[in-house]
Amino acid sequence: MSAATPPGTPFPTGTFTPDPGVGSRARMLAVHTRTETVLALRHSEQLLLTLVIPLALLVGLTLLRGLVVLPDPRVNAALGTVLALAMMSTGFTSQAIALGFDRRYGLMRRLASTAIPRWLVVTGRLGGMAAVVVIQVVVLGGVALLLGWRPEGAAVGWALLLVVLGAAAFGACGLLLGGAVRADLVLVIANVVWFVLLFVGGIVVPAAQLPGPLGAVVGLLPSGALAEGLRGVLLGGAPALSQVVVLVVWTAVAGFAAARTLRWD
Amino acid sequence: MGGIEGRAPLSSVSGEPAVEVRDLVVRYGETTAVDGLDLDLHHGRVLALLGPNGAGKTTTVEVCEGFRERTSGSVRVLGVDPAGAPEALRARMGVMPQGGGAYPMVRVREMLDLVAACSAHPLDTGWLVRILGLESCARLPYKRLSGGQQQRLSLACAVVGRPELVFLDEPTASLDPQGRRLVWELVRSLRADGVAVLLTTHLMQEAEALADDVVIVDHGKVVAAGSPDELTATGSEQRMRFRAAPGMDLELLDGVLPEGHTSTEGPPGHYTVEGAIDPQVLAAVTAWCARQGVLADDVRVGRRSLEDVFLDLTGRELRS
Repeated sequence: MSAATPPGTPFPTGTFTPDPGVGSRARMLAVHTRTETVLALRHSEQLLLTLVIPLALLVGLTLLRGLVVLPDPRVNAALGTVLALAMMSTGFTSQAIALGFDRRYGLMRRLASTAIPRWLVVTGRLGGMAAVVVIQVVVLGGVALLLGWRPEGAAVGWALLLVVLGAAAFGACGLLLGGAVRADLVLVIANVVWFVLLFVGGIVVPAAQLPGPLGAVVGLLPSGALAEGLRGVLLGGAPALSQVVVLVVWTAVAGFAAARTLRWD
Repeated sequence: MGGIEGRAPLSSVSGEPAVEVRDLVVRYGETTAVDGLDLDLHHGRVLALLGPNGAGKTTTVEVCEGFRERTSGSVRVLGVDPAGAPEALRARMGVMPQGGGAYPMVRVREMLDLVAACSAHPLDTGWLVRILGLESCARLPYKRLSGGQQQRLSLACAVVGRPELVFLDEPTASLDPQGRRLVWELVRSLRADGVAVLLTTHLMQEAEALADDVVIVDHGKVVAAGSPDELTATGSEQRMRFRAAPGMDLELLDGVLPEGHTSTEGPPGHYTVEGAIDPQVLAAVTAWCARQGVLADDVRVGRRSLEDVFLDLTGRELRS
């Protein structure tokens, strides 16, 4: 370094000579996605929600016959249930809470003042979410194999399609909630909704076993559509068109609303 | 790094100001936060917006950054209208907001790397972390950092992309004296390297120490503007100020001062002597202090501090 350092300063002359420019989009996306993924895996409460609870439920539903009435092979149905739960945990609850608190800590404002385009900020968040979803599918699928699950090609294909659609629907809802509401309210709403949908939203207890009209309503929720669809395909069926439509509509409506309401301050 | 020397600061050639604000008005409902404000900031210069909390400093800066809509007036930042914060403009400026600006669980280096990735030619983030004294907290999550550490990270994020223009909103508000000194050095280096710096502060020493131009604002209006020297100069030496122990006996002082001089104590321990100030007056004051076993400190003759200027103009304490 030929530049001189003036006495008394740690900054050599020329250190800050302006040389601005927009960085490569691919690199922005890669670094942002990596950061999101690392943070999602570092956060122990999020891991409890996205991995530990689904795993415990997979083992419990498979081995404890008295818990919920499930068709045989139980492990197939249980895998469908916990994959649906995992998508709700990651896409909705975890995503909404993380976004709510990131906003409170001024992250969005910080990113908005760099050259990163706004669509790329959202893409990076979804990238981090996708990485967690991959980990969940691998871990839950692996444990299901140990519990006796025998996967078939068609079932796996349909299940992956539904996982993607479910993650998108819940992810859009998570961005909608976390992007517009105060962080402490997000925390409450995201946890309460998770809890309610888990028990009466068609995830743990199948729609058919819910009392009266609740079963019909649940089919219109992303939780009901995803869980029913996943159990169906893992037990050897094909997804109902209505389940796919419900997930796509939730993705489109919540995604559109989130794009309009996401606050950058 | 031979390429750096001799590289002219971008767009300084044209002589166009980095920031030009004319008759800026910002209203929120009934409240007028900024009321007809003008300022000019040139490349390689530091402009301090000085004023009490709530004077409209942050609002002005946020309009210049493109994050806040203006009600009326014209604003040009690096030659373009900043409204809506266009991407190409954001790449050329660095922003240090008043607080926050990271994931709650992120580590210092991860955050800085993310911001650096948005720029084409960022500074070395490892070096920046080290030089700003952030290595000791490298493994802590952001929300566990002290206010000063968070502020230094925010400053690093503002300069890492080698911007032409940097906005620093209260850059030293929660720093200790060492941290403040480091930030001052950094601001001086930015200036020396041709970067335009717009900073807000309610600390008059900070404005006096760093700024080429000071714009004093209150209630959203410019109450005075100029270099620190221009603002603090008085025509003749008719006033002397000093600090000493509070509650000293002024009758005793008036007894030894020449005819036509008066002495007053403003805030406790801050004394003013009015009248023609000559060596005899200075000697009388020093002797008066010595008799009471006190050392006169921060003696200023004929020059007001920016705080005096502010008090004279608004009748209010600067640090409100």
